[in-house]
Amino acid sequence: MLIDAILRRALPGIVAASALIGVAAAPSTAMAQVAEQYFGVPSSRVGPYAAMGTGYYGGIIDYLNYVNMKEGGVNGVKLTYEECETEYNAARTVECYQRLLQKGDQKMVVFDVLGTPGAYAVIGRMAADNVVLAQYGYGRTDAADGRVWPWVFGAHSNYWSQIAVQLNFMAQKEGGIDKMKGKTVVHLHIDTAFGREPLPAMRLIAKEWGINLVEIAVPAPGLEQQSQWLQIRQLKPDWITFWGAGSGMNSTAITTAARVGFPREKIIYVTFGGAEEDMIPAGDAAKGTFVTANAVPGKTFGLIADIEKVVYGVGKGNLGNPQRLGTVYYNRGVSAAVMWVEGMRNAQKIHNKVGKPVTGPEFRDGYEAINMTPERLKELGIDGIVPPFKLSCLNHEGAGKFKIMQWDGAKFQIVSTDWVAPPDPAFIRKLIEDSAAKYAAENNITPRTCS
Amino acid sequence: MFYREAGQFRTTYAQDTQLLPLREDRVGMAFMLIIAFGVIPFVASDYWLSALLIPWLILALVALGQNILMGYAGQLSLGAAGFMAVGAFACYNLILRVDGIPFVVAIALSGVCSALVGIVFGLPSLRIRGLYLAVATLASQFFIVWALDKFGWFKNYDVAGVITAQQIVIFGHTFATPQEKYWVVLVIVAALTWAAKNMARGSIGRGWMAVRDMDVAAEVTGLPLMRTKLQAFAISSFYCGVGGALFAFAYLQTVEPSAFTIELSFRILFMVIIGGLGTILGSFLGAGFILLTPIFLNILFHAIFGKAVDATITSALEQVIFGVMIIAFLIFEPHGLARMWQQTKERLRLWPFPH
Amino acid sequence: MLDFQFFIEVLVGGLLSGLMYSLVALGFVLIYKASGVFNFAQGAMVFFAVLSFVGFMELGLPFWGALPVTVVLMVIVGMATERFVLRPLVNQNENTLLMATIGLAFVIEGVAQMVWGVDVRRLDLGIKDEPISWLADKTGVFVSQLDITAGVVAGVMVAALGLLFSRTKVGRGLRAVADDPAAALSIGIPLKHIWMLVWAAAGVVALVAGMLWGARSGVQFALVLLALKALPVLIIGGFTSVPGVIVAGLIVGGSEKLAEVYIGPSFGGGIEGWFPYMLAVLFLLIRPEGLFGEKIIRRV
Repeated sequence: MLIDAILRRALPGIVAASALIGVAAAPSTAMAQVAEQYFGVPSSRVGPYAAMGTGYYGGIIDYLNYVNMKEGGVNGVKLTYEECETEYNAARTVECYQRLLQKGDQKMVVFDVLGTPGAYAVIGRMAADNVVLAQYGYGRTDAADGRVWPWVFGAHSNYWSQIAVQLNFMAQKEGGIDKMKGKTVVHLHIDTAFGREPLPAMRLIAKEWGINLVEIAVPAPGLEQQSQWLQIRQLKPDWITFWGAGSGMNSTAITTAARVGFPREKIIYVTFGGAEEDMIPAGDAAKGTFVTANAVPGKTFGLIADIEKVVYGVGKGNLGNPQRLGTVYYNRGVSAAVMWVEGMRNAQKIHNKVGKPVTGPEFRDGYEAINMTPERLKELGIDGIVPPFKLSCLNHEGAGKFKIMQWDGAKFQIVSTDWVAPPDPAFIRKLIEDSAAKYAAENNITPRTCS
Repeated sequence: MFYREAGQFRTTYAQDTQLLPLREDRVGMAFMLIIAFGVIPFVASDYWLSALLIPWLILALVALGQNILMGYAGQLSLGAAGFMAVGAFACYNLILRVDGIPFVVAIALSGVCSALVGIVFGLPSLRIRGLYLAVATLASQFFIVWALDKFGWFKNYDVAGVITAQQIVIFGHTFATPQEKYWVVLVIVAALTWAAKNMARGSIGRGWMAVRDMDVAAEVTGLPLMRTKLQAFAISSFYCGVGGALFAFAYLQTVEPSAFTIELSFRILFMVIIGGLGTILGSFLGAGFILLTPIFLNILFHAIFGKAVDATITSALEQVIFGVMIIAFLIFEPHGLARMWQQTKERLRLWPFPH
Repeated sequence: MLDFQFFIEVLVGGLLSGLMYSLVALGFVLIYKASGVFNFAQGAMVFFAVLSFVGFMELGLPFWGALPVTVVLMVIVGMATERFVLRPLVNQNENTLLMATIGLAFVIEGVAQMVWGVDVRRLDLGIKDEPISWLADKTGVFVSQLDITAGVVAGVMVAALGLLFSRTKVGRGLRAVADDPAAALSIGIPLKHIWMLVWAAAGVVALVAGMLWGARSGVQFALVLLALKALPVLIIGGFTSVPGVIVAGLIVGGSEKLAEVYIGPSFGGGIEGWFPYMLAVLFLLIRPEGLFGEKIIRRV
């Protein structure tokens, strides 16, 4: 065939040409404009975790645009960003990190990869590259110790606090911690580092409270959980804490629970497994499921409503489906971006650079100085979405507080009106410091002193 | 015109058996090595070194291992990433538990560990063939990753399950910058490539190819089938193991099972097929193509469309184009990139007078 | 202690899950039987089919309107695959064909996400996925309506495909093509049409599998990973046997659940990911062409 022949001849040329185009398009060294602050956005928009990635990074990008449109940037400094597709994959994340690191003569100041595998893959590079790793409630828990991890933040609440809050919630429902003695709790989790992250804290609390803790692992992707749930039915646990990843696994857990007749009112989902995208596919079976929230969903909050007006009003929104405004992942993304911008604002103030872009070390100082008082949250329009919290040299976690919400079949209802802290925050803090100290000793890190 | 062998005569046996009999090839190879060792590390940016070149070299090495098994010995296998994981964890444990072990020794031993595991999982190949074997090798992929994740000893009972890889230390010097890591990787990859080339053209390689072309016939003519097949599995796994250790230590800088998923196995398979089965060069070209194309597409699309188009759509479109490119390659050049290079060379030879 | 009732329950649950795997595996067998292609894109087709079906319903089509539209769409996809991917690759070896279908999977996944977006959707077939209470009360075994439906659907499909292969002219043509494409072509069997037909049929099978899985787990990207669950079923049953798929599905489903429940806890669980593959290797060591596969005779 003629076309075949032509193509066969032209193929080397096509390959060469596309390679050239690729090279030409690689990060150019074009001069960045003055008074612009560059952010890197390592999004994950395709694949099994796409629902999470599109919501979260949609929220981040919308807020960056909102600040530009509403206030003309941060004290006059326009916010710009570059995206890179990570596919929620550690190797691609490393590539994205390196690609986003430098844009023109500006360096990336903060990296937020929304996933424990990705966060672990780059965590060792932060100090050397002077980039802040912002883990919004995921990733390495003991990074909450700012002495060992100056560049890593877990604002505003991590998994260990979360599991303590969940156990505390059960105790409340049962009528007190002393009533938890002899109760059976199953930790049903995806068989990865993320799924096991809460266990160190959970095992200790269970021991202290006399809980019979059973750990059951679900191999990824977790579309089939019959055997796990049959085991659960056999065990007849009083409560289940569920640490799943990907909406396929999360919704399957609910439908399988329904099939073995386990009450959904006894299941508590992790923040990253409990969003609308995880509940809706399960249909009516999801009704009653509890979820811990570190960012409360809803469209009525001041900032979210304003983004809808300012950004979506002129058709500049990032979400493909504007219906998803105000969902769990979206509000979490917006809150993450609020923290970035707040960190930058602080950095400008601290380092006398108001109206100028900031560097990595300056941004780090600013991020560490974040103080989200109730008044400040109100000014920013996110009061109610996140709890008030304050970061410091020592404490890179902040609040350690959560709200518990319950799926009513159509949307989440907040069960706890106040933000709930672990019953014994000092206990969690001690665990974190021990773990961080162990890491520091193993890796020859001298913790900095905070005072 | 540029590429002529006329006038080069082989007058000794040594000349006849040397690796690159043509002067042009020798000059070209020397030139490439000089560039790779002496020029690239100084001109390439950190991004190019640490995010593109290092993984490219490492994956080329793994693809080479896969190619030994698949292209030379004809055993379809889908477990490359599993063997990489063995190498990565072996290397971590060797450095952790053996005091003062030199990095290069640790890397070599992790290759050996991987080779041993490879022999075990290669045993079914004595009875199973073709696609059935491919699916059977998936068992190794899933089992290895599960076992490394499940048994705490492999991870030194690390709570998090994702371990920070140790520093690369050779003769007391820490190889920390992208340049230094690039050199380490390049030396190891170059040495192993040289070894592979020699194996492939020697009696070992001929044994493999005989098994590939018709194993029953090979056996009839006196080739020990079991030894040849298991040898191919062992050597292939050795390459994968070394590659996996480098992947963890020189690229990711973390050691974790979930980095070595079945998707990575598939990518490596692609590299071999797109590059060219049964060619050394093809492993490098294929690895470059499969690793770099999605990245360049991503960069290209962001450059062209900027923020005007929904990034979700462009991300999906990248996938589509990548898939179409693979299919197009298989249709128009089923023998892979290596064959394309061969043809280009042929043309260069005749240029500018093709007739 | 072995609690017998629990044992039965695990077994029944496993067998029913196994039938769900068989549904996915059926599409693989169809295509392999007719064209010798191991179609790795089957998982992507399952995803694309049910996503399109839900997508059409979202656009306002009723259930019975969306169904034929999706079927037509899958037939078009199948025909296009045959025309643009397989026909140009005719006579290539099976590695190349396998790679081409993985490439095809990328394309289908990408197109699906481009056209329909990445939102997770719900599919309500009106079949309850809750334990049937009288059965649960009487026997203590929890089985849902959806389980039974899936079993019946799988059985009907296997019967229908079996009849198609053995009793119709098309089926005889298919078998001839599978035996020797060149010979089939030379005696006047329209090869192209047969292949198109098979790909279209595989598309429809994908839709059915996707609807049942979608009803259980939601319509979302993770459905493409079902292919990995179907592979051990395929090798145990043999790539070319339709009834083999059902038997193998039952074997895989039943044994993996029992293994996970009774052996898994001593290893920290999660052995379901690799257990079926190990089982498949064991089967293959005894019978290298699968339980029902055609005997491979090798000559020099």
